[in-house]
Amino acid sequence: MSLELRDVSRTFDGKTAVNNINFSAKPGEIIGLLGTSGCGKSTLLRAISGLDRGYDGEIAINGTTTKAVHDKVGFIFQEPRLFPWLTVLENVTFGLKGDKQDMTERATKYLESVGLKGSEKLYPKQLSGGMAQRVAIARALVTSPEILLLDEPFSALDAFTKMQLQDLLLDVWKTHQSTIVLVTHDIDEATYLCDRIIILRGQPGEIDKEIEISEARNLERGSEKAAFYKKEILDSLDLNKQSSRI
Amino acid sequence: MKYKGELTTSVPLKKQIEKNKATGKLNGFSGSGRTVILGSIIPVTLLIIWEGLSRLEVLPAYQLPAPTVIFNTILTMAQDGTLWSHIGITTIRVFQGFILGTIVAIILGSLVGFYKKAEQLLDPMLQAFRSIPSLAWVPLFILWMGIGEPSKVTMIAVGVFFPVYLNIVSGISGVDRKLIEVGKMYSLNNFQLIKRIILPAALPSFIVGLRSGLGLGWMFVVAAELMGASQGLGYLLVLGQNTLSPETIIASIILFAVIGKLSDWILKLIQDRSLHWQDGLERS
Repeated sequence: MSLELRDVSRTFDGKTAVNNINFSAKPGEIIGLLGTSGCGKSTLLRAISGLDRGYDGEIAINGTTTKAVHDKVGFIFQEPRLFPWLTVLENVTFGLKGDKQDMTERATKYLESVGLKGSEKLYPKQLSGGMAQRVAIARALVTSPEILLLDEPFSALDAFTKMQLQDLLLDVWKTHQSTIVLVTHDIDEATYLCDRIIILRGQPGEIDKEIEISEARNLERGSEKAAFYKKEILDSLDLNKQSSRI
Repeated sequence: MKYKGELTTSVPLKKQIEKNKATGKLNGFSGSGRTVILGSIIPVTLLIIWEGLSRLEVLPAYQLPAPTVIFNTILTMAQDGTLWSHIGITTIRVFQGFILGTIVAIILGSLVGFYKKAEQLLDPMLQAFRSIPSLAWVPLFILWMGIGEPSKVTMIAVGVFFPVYLNIVSGISGVDRKLIEVGKMYSLNNFQLIKRIILPAALPSFIVGLRSGLGLGWMFVVAAELMGASQGLGYLLVLGQNTLSPETIIASIILFAVIGKLSDWILKLIQDRSLHWQDGLERS
């Protein structure tokens, strides 16, 4: 599914958080929204998801503009946000409708793909942070969303779990070819996962630059080419200059 | 003597516990057995001293009778059957008041929790009522409903109402917005949001309210029965005072403690059953 934002702005009590955002995503594209904190990345994502309807401008999903939550849009939050009173399996089937047997089968399949086979009957309190986030990923994927929105999904995890889950996300993307919008402040993550990185800057946040990653998903972690993109991004965020001044 | 013997074996007992921990068997049982023994050392000692002082007539029997005398009083009442009717009538009063208070609390609490308008309309008034000392209602209720059952049950219901109501309201308004957002991402409507997210999330707070409400129910039944009853444990208190028999009063106090604890234990069982998913509840 394609996604298009036209002149999207969001104002909270007279204070503009994001201003005049225009971008579009082709079906199957992975877009990274990168920026320092407070530049409105998450605000933008919430507007796309339909959780926040107070924005100006238009957001078109597959060509039709709507402000409501779209069936085919999935959201993975920064925290797992699992329901503590439901088991892992029940958490994953939460958003599904229909035959119970069918739901369980689907959920089991997705739990297996995130590496949690055998944990179906556990409660969230028994899971580690990484496991809980895997469940959240399975819960978002089980409804086969065609647009997947991720709000710093791996930022609370340790470096190793993070890499694992990034690869897991790519595996999933390869099979489903969903359009993905990823909000992140992790430059390595953005260069590793995305086709295109949109850099937001300022308060209110505006699009500063778009960086096309021509070798998308062929960049090895820590490779020279990845470092080149990282430098380009750091430069455009003025972060390098600041640190050299100190 | 046997009791003493058990105490001296605390070292092997400890080893036994460690062994059980290793095998994972009977761990909970011997663990709780140990706490029961530890917790009963002081009460049992005090009882023995009390009994001794009574036998030596240091404590005057017309003010503080010996534990055995009190125990015999309870036993006699149990044998002639009056005990059961007293306990029964008091328990029924508490139960009726508890149910009535809880039902009203659920209705008003949900309204106030879910609807902003209802909160603005009802909450200030209910908070004002809450600051009235509850015993102040007694004369009014007697005037309105006479000295029979309705006034007593109403009295208890008033006591039960407030903790349950307050906990329902805070439970509903304290539901994590983040979880509600997850529900919204799955396009749940308001009714589904309430049923699938808000109610389960508010349940822990509701049960806490039930438990403190029940505790207050037992307090209020005493007040209700003191103001005029011909049966019930509260009536035994008045009877003991009027007939100068402290053993009846103390017996009644003990019975209140026992059934109060028992009813709370039942609620706690329900709590543990329904909230086993809560983090940190396993050991409490």
